[in-house]
Amino acid sequence: MVSDLEEARAAAAAVTDPEVPVLTIEDLGVLRGVEEAGDGRVVVTITPTYSGCPAMEVIARQVEEAVRAAGFAAVEVRTVLSPPWTTDWLTEAGRRKLAEAGIAPPARTSRSGTGTRVPVALGLRCPRCGSTSTRIVSRFGATACKAVHACRACGEPFEEFKAL
Amino acid sequence: MTTAGSRPTPAGRPTPPGTGGAPTPPGNRATGVTSEDLVTYALRLGDDALIMAQRLGSLVTNLPELEEDLAVANIALDLLGQARALLTYAGQLEGKGRGEDELALERDEREFLNVQLVELPDRDFAVTMGRLLLFSTYQLGLYRALTGSRDETLAGVAAKAAKEVAYHRDHAEHWVVRLGDGTEESHARMQAGLAEVWPYGAELFEVDAVQERLERAEVAPDLAALRPGWESSIGEVLAEATLEPVETSWEPSGGRRGLHTESFGYLLAEMQHLRRSHPGARW
Repeated sequence: MVSDLEEARAAAAAVTDPEVPVLTIEDLGVLRGVEEAGDGRVVVTITPTYSGCPAMEVIARQVEEAVRAAGFAAVEVRTVLSPPWTTDWLTEAGRRKLAEAGIAPPARTSRSGTGTRVPVALGLRCPRCGSTSTRIVSRFGATACKAVHACRACGEPFEEFKAL
Repeated sequence: MTTAGSRPTPAGRPTPPGTGGAPTPPGNRATGVTSEDLVTYALRLGDDALIMAQRLGSLVTNLPELEEDLAVANIALDLLGQARALLTYAGQLEGKGRGEDELALERDEREFLNVQLVELPDRDFAVTMGRLLLFSTYQLGLYRALTGSRDETLAGVAAKAAKEVAYHRDHAEHWVVRLGDGTEESHARMQAGLAEVWPYGAELFEVDAVQERLERAEVAPDLAALRPGWESSIGEVLAEATLEPVETSWEPSGGRRGLHTESFGYLLAEMQHLRRSHPGARW
């Protein structure tokens, strides 16, 4: 049964984020657990990156399909909010894949979180030319998880997976 | 549930977010408060987020630049996500079979418990940003404190939302400073926008019998204790923006009891139109 569950886990882990398709939900830290319920169902637990992230519904559906396709008839996908997702859960592989796709990986978050200001990543590195002479264009981008920056050295705009 | 009233709910949606898989039993015994009080509280917080999301969402494509359209759409989306979790929870506690969609799209005006601040019309971009500053600063303090609530579902929603709201506040702060400490024209409009929304800020800290009971049960944070932080935090932004604090003794109120301003009916008509005209329509 253990090896079976590993197969279910592998199937769920390979599902990619529809909005950042270079990342799997395992890379993202969105996949929180794959367990077997007492009645033989496979229960997959996922957590949203942002409260309103529209990708969650697609991800939940794809996880269910993937685990079913791996041979498990009864699959339940649970969405939990707690503990809240943080970009610190991105795996090293995930951070590398982001950089390769031209998206700057997030800075590590400090866990203090008592001030009213959000952290600003200083000297964010341009994923195209490597320069740290960059400026922020907007803290909000094409998806909830990204900010938009521009590089002063190569002149190109680029996205940052913003720290949360 | 949608912000602009133009998109019905997708069919076959997974379980809405909660803190655990199984719904919390109504009347949450651990906290000792009645489920009526908890429903009221979840609706108050959920309606604040929902109506703010609706107001912001309806501005998209009308904002001063493309980046601003994206920013405001993202902020609205975060708030809509928070509203969905809170309204779903309210529906579970209520136990009448109403979900997030029924609560958002089938209640009448007098059943909405949001503060009047979030329903005010966006007459000017300065009003939008002044209001967002007051509201996001309040939400940030509230959600951070609510993280320690004895109600685990509310604590879970709050821990998630607090991190998002910090970005909303940051955005509002940048604009208020940029406009306030900008040209003569932008300064005057920012001051006027602030004057328009300021009186409605008091309602955010209103304490009635329900709030009192929830505070005593350590389900809701002590609002009186949050207010000084809210005032000083906004005061710092206003000083940096070279804006004058607004002096007023007028403190409109009533939203928490279902009393709303004139523009709210129009907002609901737009938000609920599709659902009411085509009951049961699926995406």
